[in-house]
Amino acid sequence: MNGGDWRPTARADVLARRARWLAEIRAFFADRHVLEVQTPVLAAAGVTDVHIDGMREAGSGRWLQTSPEYAMKRLLAAGVGDCYQIAPAFRAGEQGRWHNPEFTLLEWYRLGFDAPALMDEVSMLVDRILGPGHYHRDSYQGFFLAAGLPDPLTATADALQKAAAEATTSPPGGLDRSGLLDWLFSETVVPALPPRAFVTGFPAEQAVLARREAADPRVAARFELFCNGVELANGFDELTDPGELRGRLERDQQQRRTTERAVPGIDERLMAAMAHGLPACAGVALGLDRLFALAAGVDSIAEVMAFDWPHA
Amino acid sequence: MATYTTNQFKSGLKLMLDGEPYTIVENEFVKPGKGQAFNRVKVRNLKTGKVIDRTFKSGESVEAADVMETEMQYLYSDGEFFYFMDPASFEQHPAPPAAVGDAHKWLKEQDVCNVTLYNGEPLSVEPPPHVTLQVTQTDPGLKGDTSSGGSKPATLETGAVIQVPLFIQEGEVLKVDTRSGEYVSRAKD
Repeated sequence: MNGGDWRPTARADVLARRARWLAEIRAFFADRHVLEVQTPVLAAAGVTDVHIDGMREAGSGRWLQTSPEYAMKRLLAAGVGDCYQIAPAFRAGEQGRWHNPEFTLLEWYRLGFDAPALMDEVSMLVDRILGPGHYHRDSYQGFFLAAGLPDPLTATADALQKAAAEATTSPPGGLDRSGLLDWLFSETVVPALPPRAFVTGFPAEQAVLARREAADPRVAARFELFCNGVELANGFDELTDPGELRGRLERDQQQRRTTERAVPGIDERLMAAMAHGLPACAGVALGLDRLFALAAGVDSIAEVMAFDWPHA
Repeated sequence: MATYTTNQFKSGLKLMLDGEPYTIVENEFVKPGKGQAFNRVKVRNLKTGKVIDRTFKSGESVEAADVMETEMQYLYSDGEFFYFMDPASFEQHPAPPAAVGDAHKWLKEQDVCNVTLYNGEPLSVEPPPHVTLQVTQTDPGLKGDTSSGGSKPATLETGAVIQVPLFIQEGEVLKVDTRSGEYVSRAKD
């Protein structure tokens, strides 16, 4: 480091717009009587998610949150009601045009909402920042089939491997079935999505914290919003059964163990809160830096952050 | 065997893929929030120049290509090979015409070139951005015409043919841009 790169990565006028957008979001939730909350950034428990690596603070060994989800669910179990939070989140190794190891999440929970109702609210919020647009909704399966790919719920790993071999880009070797789904989704499905698209009904194994659809237990009540091919938000009809959640988290831990990655313990305070009772609710996390980058018309989140990771 | 992991990827990094040396042109980190992370890269084959798209699982290791760019002095050609010398070790490296490619049009003895070595053998040669070469043949220009437009072909001492202003005469020494193949000016001594 020679210090010569001390200047912000976002222009001053973009930072001013960022401040106005944040005020707009707070007004959106105030109008709806959704409570703004703050929870600790450093916590004793980490997350066991197979594809998310947390960072630890060296002195205390505590984990920097990868999202404020667990703390907010404890608030919900304690009866705080509808709530939202604008919080920094940290994920090791995620760096690129649309990733920064430290980023800002907007996360909110709505009691009595199901996934479709929450998608409606997400569109209203996104309209406030990006301007009104049409939101296309289809299932993960529907978007796969529309892209000419095999049915993601039934296809064998071999069939997916064959579809991957026909793509314009060559896939990495050694992907298992779920890795192939992720690869086909990123390389073939996402580039073909309409400008604003909600993808719903993800395969159940891709949604640890979501309720399964009663009508088809192969899929979870999970949705994602993509705008211009950028993944903006991820929401669930929240799983409220602590026994079911413990089973899923233990499977994640087992998978992390086999891939020789750090295996954080299960957050027992979250489990106790869920045993006490998480009210029926839907929740969503939205990447604010990405939303603001789209609103500013720039093509990297560094341009809407005061200082990105390499300059922090 | 030296390897790189995907988090070291950046443009210019040299990799071995399917037994061929490549250089990274573009690297993009791609990750669905809850899914497997990938690196989507554009790589250029250092032998053929062909650019292809590849994806890697993030964290994957890839063999490094033993490719080194180094400055070398061009010595001479014996008709079969072009000989370059490492100015530090005085070691000579014969480069086949395929490696020299179009650069041969600009190579004058003693000039320092950027030579890419793969396993110690020249893989490609980049001439200096500007070279000074003598005109060996050109039609006589219009006398007194030193400024107005118009150009004519001129053959240089290396055999290259370029367009020059009408006032350039045989025997003159010119400065030439090797990237565009264009006349820059008369060489000032």
